[in-house]
Amino acid sequence: MISHKSTNALLYLDGVTKSFDGFKAINSLSFMINKGELRAVIGPNGAGKTTMMDIVTGKTKPDMGDVVWDGTVNLTECDEADSARLGIGRKFQKPTVFETHTVEDNLLLALKDERSVLATLLSSRSKAQLARIDELLVLIRLEERRHELAADLSHGQKQWLEIGMLLAQDPQLLLVDEPAAGMTDEETMRTADLLKEIAGDHAVVVVEHDMAFVKALDCRVTVLHQGAVIAEGSIEHVSADPRVVEVYLGR
Amino acid sequence: MILRALDLRSWIFLGVLFAFTVAVPVLNLAMEPGSSAHLPSFAVSLFGKYLCYALLAVALDLVWGYCGILSLGHGAFFALGGYAMGMHLMREIGPRGVYGDPVLPDFMVFLNWPELPWFWHGFDMFWFAVAMALFVPGLLAFAFGWLAFRSRVTGVYLSIITQALTYALMLAFFRNEMGFGGNNGLTDFKDVLGFDLQSDQTRAGLFVASALALAFGFVLCRIVTTSKAGKVMIAVRDAESRTRFLGYRVESYKLFVFTLSAMLAGLAGALYTPQVGIINPSEFSPANSIEIVIWVAIGGRGTLIGAAIGAILVGIAKTLLTGLFPEFWLFVLGGLFVLVTLFLPKGVLGAFGALSAKAARRPAAFELKPREAQP
Ligand SMILES: Nc1ncnc2c1ncn2[C@@H]1O[C@H](COP(=O)(O)OP(=O)(O)O)[C@@H](O)[C@H]1O
Ligand SMILES: [Mg+2]
Repeated sequence: MISHKSTNALLYLDGVTKSFDGFKAINSLSFMINKGELRAVIGPNGAGKTTMMDIVTGKTKPDMGDVVWDGTVNLTECDEADSARLGIGRKFQKPTVFETHTVEDNLLLALKDERSVLATLLSSRSKAQLARIDELLVLIRLEERRHELAADLSHGQKQWLEIGMLLAQDPQLLLVDEPAAGMTDEETMRTADLLKEIAGDHAVVVVEHDMAFVKALDCRVTVLHQGAVIAEGSIEHVSADPRVVEVYLGR
Repeated sequence: MILRALDLRSWIFLGVLFAFTVAVPVLNLAMEPGSSAHLPSFAVSLFGKYLCYALLAVALDLVWGYCGILSLGHGAFFALGGYAMGMHLMREIGPRGVYGDPVLPDFMVFLNWPELPWFWHGFDMFWFAVAMALFVPGLLAFAFGWLAFRSRVTGVYLSIITQALTYALMLAFFRNEMGFGGNNGLTDFKDVLGFDLQSDQTRAGLFVASALALAFGFVLCRIVTTSKAGKVMIAVRDAESRTRFLGYRVESYKLFVFTLSAMLAGLAGALYTPQVGIINPSEFSPANSIEIVIWVAIGGRGTLIGAAIGAILVGIAKTLLTGLFPEFWLFVLGGLFVLVTLFLPKGVLGAFGALSAKAARRPAAFELKPREAQP
C-alpha cells in the first residue's frame, strides 16, 4: 500500500515494525523526509534510532511495514550496497574510517564512481577527482593531514573525515548518527554549521542527544520513544509536549 | 600499470630473485662437480621447492594480508594444482611403467581398472594439465567463496570451514576409488615435455620456471594491491561494514581475490610436483595449510615480499632442523609463531622496515601506504 502522498517524499516509512527476540525495537514507525530537508531525530537511549537507520540502509530487514525511496524503490529489498548506490549515505555512531588508509584515500574510496571490481582494478585518479578531494579537505578542515593515516587523526577529526566521506559519495540523503559524540563544544558547533550547509542540496537526518546541538541545527525535530514517533515539530514545540518531557527531557 | 605497481622494495626483491635465478643453475651446471663452487643437484630442486612455497605464501598473503580472509585451506588449492601436474606426468610415463600398459598408470592396472576414468582424459597434453592446475583450484575457490561470502561467513567461522574443506579433500584423495592413486598418490615420474626429470638440466629448468612463476605472481599481486581495487580490499579488511555502506559489493571483491589467489596456489603446486617427484594426499593435511599462515605471519603480513621471505626462511629452517632433530620441528615452528606474534607483530620484514625507517626518520608504518603515483 504505497499511497500517492509518498510520491513527493524522498524517504517514506509506514507502519514499520522490527522485533529482536520478541522485543519491539521499532514499533509501527511512520514518518517521511522530503528532498533537501534537514531533520533531527532525538530520543532516549534504546529508542530505536540506530535500528531505524539500519532498516533504511538495508542492514536490517523489518518484520512489517513499507520503506519507500523516492516514491518508487522498496528499500526493504535492498542491501547496504544497494542503498548506497541509490544515494543513501550513512555515518555510524562510532566513527568508522579506514584506519590504514590515508585521509586522501579514504575520500577517494568514497567518491562517487564505478564500484565494480573490474572498474576499480583499471581505474586511475582523474584530475576532477583530485579537485573534488581538495574541496572536501577544505570543507572538513583536514587539508594539512591529507597524506597522514586516518588512524592518526583525533576522534573529532575522524568524525569529520567520515562526514567528508559521506559528502564524497554525493548522496541524496545523509543519515548521521550522533556526530557530536566525543567532540569539543567548538567542534560540535562547527559540525552543526556544516550539516546546515549541506542540507538543501542533500536531505540530512541527524540523530543526536546533545540538546545544544539540536537547537543549533534549528530544524524540524522528530522524537522517538520505544520505537515509535511521539512528537514532531520545532524544538520549542516538542520541548513543550508533556509526553516528551516525561520520557526524555524531564529525566 | 606495471611500473606504477612496483616500488623500490619490489625492484630490490625482483633483483635479488633474478640474481638467485641466474646463480643457482650456473653454480650447478657450469662448475665442476667436486669443486668448492659447485652446487649439488639436490639443492637446485630444494631451492625450487622453496620458491614454490614462496609463491604459495604470496597467494595467501593476497587474501589474508590485504583482504582479511584468513584461509586455513590454501594447501588444498596448492595440492590440486600439484595433482593436475602429477596426472600429466603419470600419463607421460606411457608404456614405461612396471606393468607396461601403454595408457593406464600402474596403480590403475594394479586395481584392475579396465580403462582410464573420464577425468584422466586430456591430461596427456601438457597445456591441458597446466590449464587444469589453474582452473580446478580457481573453480573450487569460486564455488566455495560464492557460497561463503554471499552468506557473509567471516572471521573464525570462515577459517574453520576452509580447514574443513582441505580435510574433506584429504579424506577423499586417500580413497582408491577416487582414481588419484589413493594413499600413495602419484609418483615414479619419468620426464616432463620429453626432458628427463632426473637430469641436472631439467632440474635447473624447473627451478628457473619456479622463479619466473614467483616473479609473475608477485608482480600480479602488486598490480592488484596497488590499484583502487587493492584499496577497496584493504578497506574490507579494516572496516567491512563501512565498505558496504559506501556501495561496494564486498562479496565480489572477496570472491575475486580468493579465486585469483587459489589459481596462484595451483600454479605453485603444479611446479612443486615435478621437483619433489611425488604428490600424495598428505599435501591436503590441515597442518600444511596452517604452516602457510605461519610463513606469512613470520615474514610479515600484508607485504607480499615478507610472505615470500617467510616461506623461504621457514623452509630452510625446516630442512636443517628436520635433518638434525625431526621430532622437534613442530615445536620449533609453534614456538617461532608465538615469538613472532609477540615480538614482531609485523613479521621479519616489518621489523626490518621499522629499523630502516628509524634510521631514515620516516614513519614506521610506511609499508602500508601505497605508493603515490600520478597518472
Ligand atoms: N541486532 C540487535 N539484536 C538485538 N537487539 C537489538 C539489536 N539492535 C538493537 N537492538 C535493541 O533495540 C533497541 C533499540 O536500539 P538502538 O536502535 O540502538 O537505539 P538508539 O540508537 O536509539 O539508542 C535497544 O533496546 C537495543 O538493545
Ligand atoms: Mg544509537
